[in-house]
Amino acid sequence: MQFPTQSSPYLPPVNDVTRLMVTVMLAMIPGVLCLFWFFGWGVLFNLLVASFAAVGTEALILRLRRRPVRPTLGDGTALLTGLLLGAALPPLAPWWIPAIGASFAIAVAKQLYGGMGSNPFNPAMVGYVVLIISFPLQMTLWSPPHGAGHDLLPLLDAARLVFLEALPPGTRLDALTMATPLDAARNDIARNLTWSEILQRPLFGSFAGRGWEWINFGFLIGGLWLWQRRVIHWQIPAGMLGGLFLISALFYIADADSFGSPVFHFFSGATMLGAFFIATDPVSAATTPRGRLYYGAGIGVLVYVIRTWGGYPDGVAFAVLLMNMAAPTIDYYTQPRVFGHRDAGDDGND
Amino acid sequence: MMPPDDNAPAMTMLPDKPLRFPGGLQLASNKAQSLGGPIRSARLPRRLYVPLSQHIGEPAEATVKIGDRVLKGQQIARSLSYISAPVHAPTSGIVSDIGKYPVPHPSGLSAECLVIDCDGEDRAVDSGLKMRAALDADPAEIRQKVRDAGIVGLGGAGFPTSVKLNPGPGHQVELLIINAAECEPYISCDEALMCDRPQDVIDGIRIMQHALGARQALIGIEDNMPRAIECLTTALRNAQDTALRVVPVPTLYPAGGEKQLIYALTGREVPSQGLPIDIGMVCHNVGTAAAVARALIHGEPLISRVVTVTGAGIAQPGNLEVRIGTPIADIVEQCGGYTADVARLLMGGPMMGIALHTDQLPVIKTTNCILAASRDETPDPRPALPCIRCGKCADVCPASLLPQQLYWYARARDFDKVQDYNLFDCIECGCCAHVCPSHIPLVQYYRFAKTEIWDLERERQKSDLARQRHEFRIERLEREKRELEARRAHARKTPDQAGAGDADAKKAEIAAALQRVKARKAQQERESGTGESLGAEQQRPLTEREPRRATQQDDEA
Repeated sequence: MQFPTQSSPYLPPVNDVTRLMVTVMLAMIPGVLCLFWFFGWGVLFNLLVASFAAVGTEALILRLRRRPVRPTLGDGTALLTGLLLGAALPPLAPWWIPAIGASFAIAVAKQLYGGMGSNPFNPAMVGYVVLIISFPLQMTLWSPPHGAGHDLLPLLDAARLVFLEALPPGTRLDALTMATPLDAARNDIARNLTWSEILQRPLFGSFAGRGWEWINFGFLIGGLWLWQRRVIHWQIPAGMLGGLFLISALFYIADADSFGSPVFHFFSGATMLGAFFIATDPVSAATTPRGRLYYGAGIGVLVYVIRTWGGYPDGVAFAVLLMNMAAPTIDYYTQPRVFGHRDAGDDGND
Repeated sequence: MMPPDDNAPAMTMLPDKPLRFPGGLQLASNKAQSLGGPIRSARLPRRLYVPLSQHIGEPAEATVKIGDRVLKGQQIARSLSYISAPVHAPTSGIVSDIGKYPVPHPSGLSAECLVIDCDGEDRAVDSGLKMRAALDADPAEIRQKVRDAGIVGLGGAGFPTSVKLNPGPGHQVELLIINAAECEPYISCDEALMCDRPQDVIDGIRIMQHALGARQALIGIEDNMPRAIECLTTALRNAQDTALRVVPVPTLYPAGGEKQLIYALTGREVPSQGLPIDIGMVCHNVGTAAAVARALIHGEPLISRVVTVTGAGIAQPGNLEVRIGTPIADIVEQCGGYTADVARLLMGGPMMGIALHTDQLPVIKTTNCILAASRDETPDPRPALPCIRCGKCADVCPASLLPQQLYWYARARDFDKVQDYNLFDCIECGCCAHVCPSHIPLVQYYRFAKTEIWDLERERQKSDLARQRHEFRIERLEREKRELEARRAHARKTPDQAGAGDADAKKAEIAAALQRVKARKAQQERESGTGESLGAEQQRPLTEREPRRATQQDDEA
């Protein structure tokens, strides 16, 4: 009897790229639900438009590159890029913001570098940075969170605003939008307000921005689930949160009136989304166990530096991209000690 | 005996609890299917195909001719070098052919085999292997007997056991480790052996320990084999042997890897590119120990072994005592034949075994398992996606390598870089490929890189040799030329001196010419000593012409 041959091992594989991506998408649900609760329909429009733009761009470029379209789309990486970008965008931004961001992320940051696995930078964050540099005004179109002032726009009004850029009758755009807590805090610090005064404003909740506390908590829960499912390693989130904690605690202890507390930073902006979902993008991150810690810590410190002294309200995207650049070097210098070798880098001939 | 090495562990220094080596995988053991009953004796086939090379090292050389009648246990091929093993007739019969037949090898190529038409009488010859008191014998004598018995490592590698029973000068063996971990799924031949023949195992270990002069011996066994552990400890208790210990190690693939097992039991790492003896240890497979006992106590050379026949593709899985050379198809038939689900035939386990293209291949000394797997058990490889650098491969690598970097450089054929990332510490256990979400056949890339590097190394050695020979040739030609010149100069000088005062001017001219040649030659020698030999060769015709011209001028004058 004849049999087919192949190389070992032969057992059925236990992991699958598509399944990993779907798990990450599922883990986004708690955070996205919180986003939706506090910021309304615009959040869903962003996710929807960014996903369609990402998948559509991927399909188009794959066609141009004469690569198989269907199997590659099936891996879910383009959809995830779209979702991650969509979750980071302001809810009242016009539809072309997520569309341009996601298309750029896929076309330039991913496919021009050779597609999945070859991109040195996190595509979603490249998309985000392109948007915030090119369209700074649209990127500030955050509404006040649910419970801090106005009611959220109903579905139809939100859709008209996002897709037709038509304001509900009798309102001005200014009236609908409000600075994010990170932005507000920066401006207030610049106006010599103390943190205890800042936290009194209606934009703030118990210890960080109203709503943002819960959104970050949602992404934290999803992230811990990802870690528990062994989809992500603990080192990058731990490194990032650890780095952010250390530097923020240092300044907070030195001057609690001028610098936000570690808790504020943990639960503001895109901290948890960044720590568990964005910095952990394996393709562009460091991959050695020790390297992941350093990589994460670098992001944490940079986030703080950009938030505190930089020109942009949140620094996750820039911090991630900067550390993406450092990832190969980090990997090179943090190779683990190979079994039977004395030190890392030892050639074993001693 | 050597004084104890200060670095070697004493019994007290062994960890209280087995340690966990880096990486590794929890795999479904799938051993129960084949452990339903005791070891059965497979029936003799009509014809045996006995390969001359069933071990690591030089193939054995046939000592019988076509048409010879052979008896069971008779040596039919001898070993010609140190790292080799003789082969014995598994039963009585007639040698009907000596030639190339297909053998179980990853290449799928044929190799030299002795074909024996069995006469069914199974008449044995006295092998002369039996020792009256092996435990009092000289270690050298034990090694010779083990060698004569054709015993090789039965765990899968097939390294000649007598070589591994010789610690070599300057080495004191502190610890003999018996590898009974049997970490690959499906394989249960060692477990069956320990349950059915614990006495052989223990006797063999004692003989090995004596031959090695090892202070202690341990049996390392995965803790998912409680019955085997029970059988061994009972046998040890009955024999009132307190020196030999059975140590269960956590079930984690590849706990049966030599370096992994040593680490789990002792907490010490075998140096990269080194051997266990470098840290005062020797590791033998449990089946090998039993084979030593069968040979030295019962006088049976290695002519059969226990083979697990299992998988969803086999109707009645089980463990069989099979004569070496029995076609696989024959033993499958004795296990009820294939089921409708059979999709793949493997020799060895599903992680490191080799896929066989046909069942018309003989069982050899290293055949521990025949796995006829269904499509569910061993699906067709899925198309590989690009690496997403998720690092799951590094998490499970028992050598703490960075498999994705190895893959990257192997794929790019960057063989320097792939060695910088310690490719040769890879044991090809397959953990990385098993967990890869992109389904990249990683081990295949590492094997490719290793063979390419070996090839390059061979090429380099060949060109080194060629260059050396070329340099020697140049040197010889130079020397011959110098000698010739010296003779000529001498021959010329004598008549010149006889007709003294003939022409002083002419003599001066000759001397000047010779001087020029010499100077040039000296310079050339300096160059060839440091520079390219090719350049020296190209210069040779020029410098050869110079003295010729000088002598011509001489003659004309």
